[in-house]
Amino acid sequence: MSFAAELLISISLVVSGVFGFVGSYGLIKLRTTMQRLHAPTKATTLGVGGVLIASMIYFVAKTGNLSIHELMISLFLFLTAPITANFIAKTYITRNVRAEDLPPSGGEYGWSVYDDPPEGPAGTS
Amino acid sequence: MITAALFFAFGCYGIALLLDLWRIARGPDSADRILALDTMVINVIALLVLYGVWRGTEIYFEAAMLVAMVGFVSTVAYCRFVLRGDIIE
Repeated sequence: MSFAAELLISISLVVSGVFGFVGSYGLIKLRTTMQRLHAPTKATTLGVGGVLIASMIYFVAKTGNLSIHELMISLFLFLTAPITANFIAKTYITRNVRAEDLPPSGGEYGWSVYDDPPEGPAGTS
Repeated sequence: MITAALFFAFGCYGIALLLDLWRIARGPDSADRILALDTMVINVIALLVLYGVWRGTEIYFEAAMLVAMVGFVSTVAYCRFVLRGDIIE
């Protein structure tokens, strides 16, 4: 394996390790739940992306074949991280924030956390 | 050089798992616990891929993919349960 490949792999491994650690350190360091939501959803996802990049470079340099598994895993993680963050924020709002404390939604219906979804045209639900 | 960087990353993610465990035990709200559990799943994916690089095999990618899918589904199911009192309405 060439020195440049080893250097690239090592750099991305160290950077991703630091990112993963910072994500979990923010989880215990930040004060409120909504602040804590920021650290793991962004930093840890980036850290896993770095690990997967390192693994991809490693297997390309070792076997000469490009492996797609890592791309699949990182695509899946990058797609699902915002969805889980949104669900956790909705969970927190449902349990801890009253509907009167929120600003109006500006639309015809209230926030989806408290109100049932509006009735669509007949036959669509 | 790769081995040293691998062990550094192993240590980082191991400590990160311990910090997540502390938040699960401590967390004042159930949203904190769900968040810490989701972070643990992501850290375990990183540890699995690191172990695969250390051993030099590509077997562990399937395991990482499965853990990612199960972790996402379990997080969404737990949130739905807290939100609506039911998982599939």
